[in-house]
Amino acid sequence: MTMTEDPTTAPSYKWVGSRSVRPDGLDKVTGKAQFGADLKLPNMLEGAVARSPHAHARIVSIDTSAAEAMAGVHAVITAADLPDLADAGSKTDDIFMSEKILARSKVLWEGHPVAAVAATSREIARAAADAIVVVYEALPHVLTVDEALADGAPVLHDAMITRGVEPAPEAASNAASRVVHERGDLDKGFADADTVLEREYTTKPVHQGYIEPHACVADANQDGRANLFVSSQGHFSLRAMTATTLGWSPSQLNVTPAEIGGGFGGKTTIYLEPLAVRLSAKSGRPVRLVMGRDEVFKATGPTSGSRMKIKMGVTNDGKITAAEVWMAFEAGAFPGSPVGAASMTAIACYDIPNFFVEGFDVVCNKPKVAAYRAPGAPIIAYGVESIVDELALAIDMDPIDLRLKNAAVEGTQASYGPEFPRIGFVETLEAIRDSEHYKSPVPEGYGRGVASGFWFNIGGNSTATVNINEDGNVNVIEGSPDIGGSRASMALFAAEEFGISVDRVSVKIADTQTVGFNDVTGGSRVTLATGKVVIDCCRSIKEDLRRRAAKTWDCEIDDVEWVEGQAQHVSGTETPLSLADLAAKAPRTGGPISVTQSENVRGAGAGFTTQLVDLEIDQETGVCRVARYTTAQDAGKAIHPSYVEGQMQGGVVQGIGWAFNEEYIHRSDGTLDNPSFLDYRIPVASDLPMIETIIVEVPNPNHPYGVRGVGEAGIVPPMAAIGNAIERATQCRLNNLPMSPIALLDAINRRG
Amino acid sequence: MSRTHVNCTINGDETDFLSESGGSLLNALRDDVGLMGVKEGCGTGDCGACSVLMDDRVTCACLIFAPEAEGRTIVTIEGLANADELHPLQQCFLEGAALQCGVCTPGFLMAAKALLDKNPNPTETEVRYALAGNLCRCTGYDKIIRAVLDAAEAMGEQA
Amino acid sequence: MDYLAPTTVAEAVDALAASPDSRVFAGATDLIPQIRSGRPEPGLLVDLKRIDRLNAVTEGDSSWTIGAAVPTSRLTEDPAFAGQFPGLSEAAGLIGSDQIQNRSSLGGNLCNASPAADSVPAMLVNDTRAVVATPDGTRTVNVDQVATGPGSTTLTGGEFIIEFEVDKPPANTGDAYIRMTPRTEMDIAVVGAGARITLDADGNCAEARVALGAVAPIALRVPDAEAALIGHPINDDTLAAVAAAASAACNPIDDKRGTIAYRQQVAGVLAKRAVKLAAARAAGTSTNGAHP
Repeated sequence: MTMTEDPTTAPSYKWVGSRSVRPDGLDKVTGKAQFGADLKLPNMLEGAVARSPHAHARIVSIDTSAAEAMAGVHAVITAADLPDLADAGSKTDDIFMSEKILARSKVLWEGHPVAAVAATSREIARAAADAIVVVYEALPHVLTVDEALADGAPVLHDAMITRGVEPAPEAASNAASRVVHERGDLDKGFADADTVLEREYTTKPVHQGYIEPHACVADANQDGRANLFVSSQGHFSLRAMTATTLGWSPSQLNVTPAEIGGGFGGKTTIYLEPLAVRLSAKSGRPVRLVMGRDEVFKATGPTSGSRMKIKMGVTNDGKITAAEVWMAFEAGAFPGSPVGAASMTAIACYDIPNFFVEGFDVVCNKPKVAAYRAPGAPIIAYGVESIVDELALAIDMDPIDLRLKNAAVEGTQASYGPEFPRIGFVETLEAIRDSEHYKSPVPEGYGRGVASGFWFNIGGNSTATVNINEDGNVNVIEGSPDIGGSRASMALFAAEEFGISVDRVSVKIADTQTVGFNDVTGGSRVTLATGKVVIDCCRSIKEDLRRRAAKTWDCEIDDVEWVEGQAQHVSGTETPLSLADLAAKAPRTGGPISVTQSENVRGAGAGFTTQLVDLEIDQETGVCRVARYTTAQDAGKAIHPSYVEGQMQGGVVQGIGWAFNEEYIHRSDGTLDNPSFLDYRIPVASDLPMIETIIVEVPNPNHPYGVRGVGEAGIVPPMAAIGNAIERATQCRLNNLPMSPIALLDAINRRG
Repeated sequence: MSRTHVNCTINGDETDFLSESGGSLLNALRDDVGLMGVKEGCGTGDCGACSVLMDDRVTCACLIFAPEAEGRTIVTIEGLANADELHPLQQCFLEGAALQCGVCTPGFLMAAKALLDKNPNPTETEVRYALAGNLCRCTGYDKIIRAVLDAAEAMGEQA
Repeated sequence: MDYLAPTTVAEAVDALAASPDSRVFAGATDLIPQIRSGRPEPGLLVDLKRIDRLNAVTEGDSSWTIGAAVPTSRLTEDPAFAGQFPGLSEAAGLIGSDQIQNRSSLGGNLCNASPAADSVPAMLVNDTRAVVATPDGTRTVNVDQVATGPGSTTLTGGEFIIEFEVDKPPANTGDAYIRMTPRTEMDIAVVGAGARITLDADGNCAEARVALGAVAPIALRVPDAEAALIGHPINDDTLAAVAAAASAACNPIDDKRGTIAYRQQVAGVLAKRAVKLAAARAAGTSTNGAHP
């Protein structure tokens, strides 16, 4: 839709931009909010999943008789209880999804589900799952891109021919696909450079680390329909995937989104849901299925480990002339790493005339990776932002100045194709350069590092309904599970549009039978896209209210204005009619006041961030502490500043954990050595200082309020910022994540 | 399967329940008593989401066998507010945007309450170390720490 | 699992004797995670926390008696105890979060026999003794006689620790415990170093005890480090000798928390720091806590 407001002015709002209390907050601080495992239905059974102990094996036989004979067991399922989508000629992705849910002929990672049980207690369900006898024929496994791509490596999928390679390879391999972005003349670009650096980097899989394990309650009825209560980032998408896996049609399932205890992308896919529905259908009773923390680590997607090779050239006065990037990302057991997105974001911050970016999606015997906050971008940014820093050191240029000199701006053709509209990357660089933090001296023994990041943000499909109650208060019904505080923003939009207090607005996230289709909550899209349809509903209702007032006053609609929560006649001769007045009259002026809007929203604005860290480094033990951290991020317009800050800070801290400590540690037999929060170490409160936030607002011209997504970009720079700080303090450059104390002390020893 | 009959005080009420053999207090509170505000994040004491007060001491309910609760006084998140009045910590968390997904929030509130009961005027560092046993993945802890410090100030003014 | 909460030592001893498949516990902070990760469940759980003697902390004229089930938070919060044994108090206080601290006990930390147990190096340098309940009465042993390797102790199935005794230190004595963990809290120590120093009137070291944790199957004293200190001032040379002796005394493994090389090197660094802090406390000049 056409914008009516000039987005380049800076309008002042009454509600948008304020720090209202979030609508779901009260239930969350009192313990009333219902998460996926919190629903108790009458007659409910508890589920448990039997999982492969092997990283790679053929399933010879499955004997469920001991489990079925156990007292208290009401249903046992294996892949035989799900449709064979390969037989049905389904799409490859759907076949892979179904095999991820329950292994059919092979298990492809330790933790791969092979069967599931529903019983009268969790104890019995667990005992029954453990009593299922599976005979395996162990196969050799591969755990990293290096192993998976090596000559003679065992192949996970014997029909997997690498896509994106011309001519196509003859033999199957573990390289699922290849993607390339290129421009200009690479050789000339490097020839034009005064300094060329070439580096190699590796990263390990890291988990999204949400505190709530996956959980759902399925209640199937004898008429072939089922209700599903589940923590999910996208209940429509979940419904579709679950239905496909079950061989159902989506509308046979009604999915109610529970409150979700963290997702970060990891809950945009399915694991337990088809199992729970099938168990419920088979037993005739509701089934609750919840993962233990070890199952979350062993069997839900982390993001990729990787190997990257980057070569970059710069002139003495700071112009980056060429970039060559090669990367291979672990997809886990089935194709689908974020290497495609990483290939697009790799050098998107910069205007580099000559480049060749090549990425490979590689399968290996680990859980299938899932989206993790700006998927792929943090991984490649670790390499790119590290090498950019090394270039700055090589030519003795301030690292912010080097980035400013090469920054993408409005009109730059992005490395991934389109021309950038108005963007705020330069503004984030300037915000950091001008910050008190950057101007302060670096304390003795500390290191200071800078890095930047980019994420596209997306729009997508959203539907919302706005209803006016008889008392003039407003209900917003939308379908975007709230992972960051978006309900608060929807309330602020409605308050601002109607000119009423935000506490007169209620926001509800409705189930799949109650609200129209919505894409997942992800891609930093909700404030933009769901916000837009909510705003459109409000504007449509305002027009309707003006029409109703005109009818009441027997005048033309053009004589009626909507001002600060009421309809006013332009002449001032009529007593204004408030929302409550008009709502009370609604039956006589056209019926109930209700509007639904839906749209596949375009025009998302790209998000950029620049971040600055000071590290205190103990060179005798390799232990680093984050002493000070400042992040500047372009939000377009911060609808609820506290939650924008919260997204920025949350992303930064995930990046800090990724930088220092987080990694999947596999034993040589392919089993996971650290499937617990004890040894999968995410940051704790005492590890960190306050995270200083600078919200930059360069409005997105394509949104009524100038919104850009903010959820994701924040996690992109921290690892490189920290690596850069370490180098500047110790002269040791760490090119492998995590940059643990052990790795740093080893580098310090070698430095001498 | 033997079940143990346990009598204790929960959120001010004398309560009794039957606990599963070997079950934890966390399982008992959620499944037998019906207090779903106590969350399971890991079941092994590494995340603090199940923090409750037992005899005024903050502990992980997942690391307590249910029969140990015999005769003890337990307070969960459901018992933090005073009837229709929120505890200052709850109020400060709301106003300070100290929660996003909210699943860690009950545990943080109980741990923060235990801290302020013991140390009414903590420094930022003391708050961070006292809450180191509570994992949060959404907020980066910044606003949680600020909210606890604000609550300490508010409670100091009330006293 | 059945559950029993005896109220006397005798009752507990009898219960263990009657049920060979029984297990004592206090805080359960190791037991429950072990059961969850697949360790076989005992048939009978014997909860030691209702026995008064195991919950008592008593300051005598010449020594302290600490019940084996006392939550470590009680030790860290006891100003008299923490004042006399700052290192042991800190070590006890590093066993996990506040939530863990309200449950963890010296008895559990010692008998779980993790090589990385935080309280053990500090107990060793303070010559702590364990009073063990047996079917035939009690026996008292130095804590260095308890753990024999990861997860195993010299206690038989029918025995448990009632209490610990630690003599009050002589004048001009200080102790310290410093550990290396990747995060500031919540981690198992990659290396732990305990030290206790007594200074003479000239400021030289009169008595020294140095112990390391997480670098061998059990925590161990480092006699060569102690020998390098006794009779000498605490200066860069003696500290360098301490570090070298500590590194040499290690017998660590590579595991998911640390490498052999890292543990050896950092053992030297932390032994030095622990000795320095203990000496500063002995001289009455220290004001710091022990976060490395």
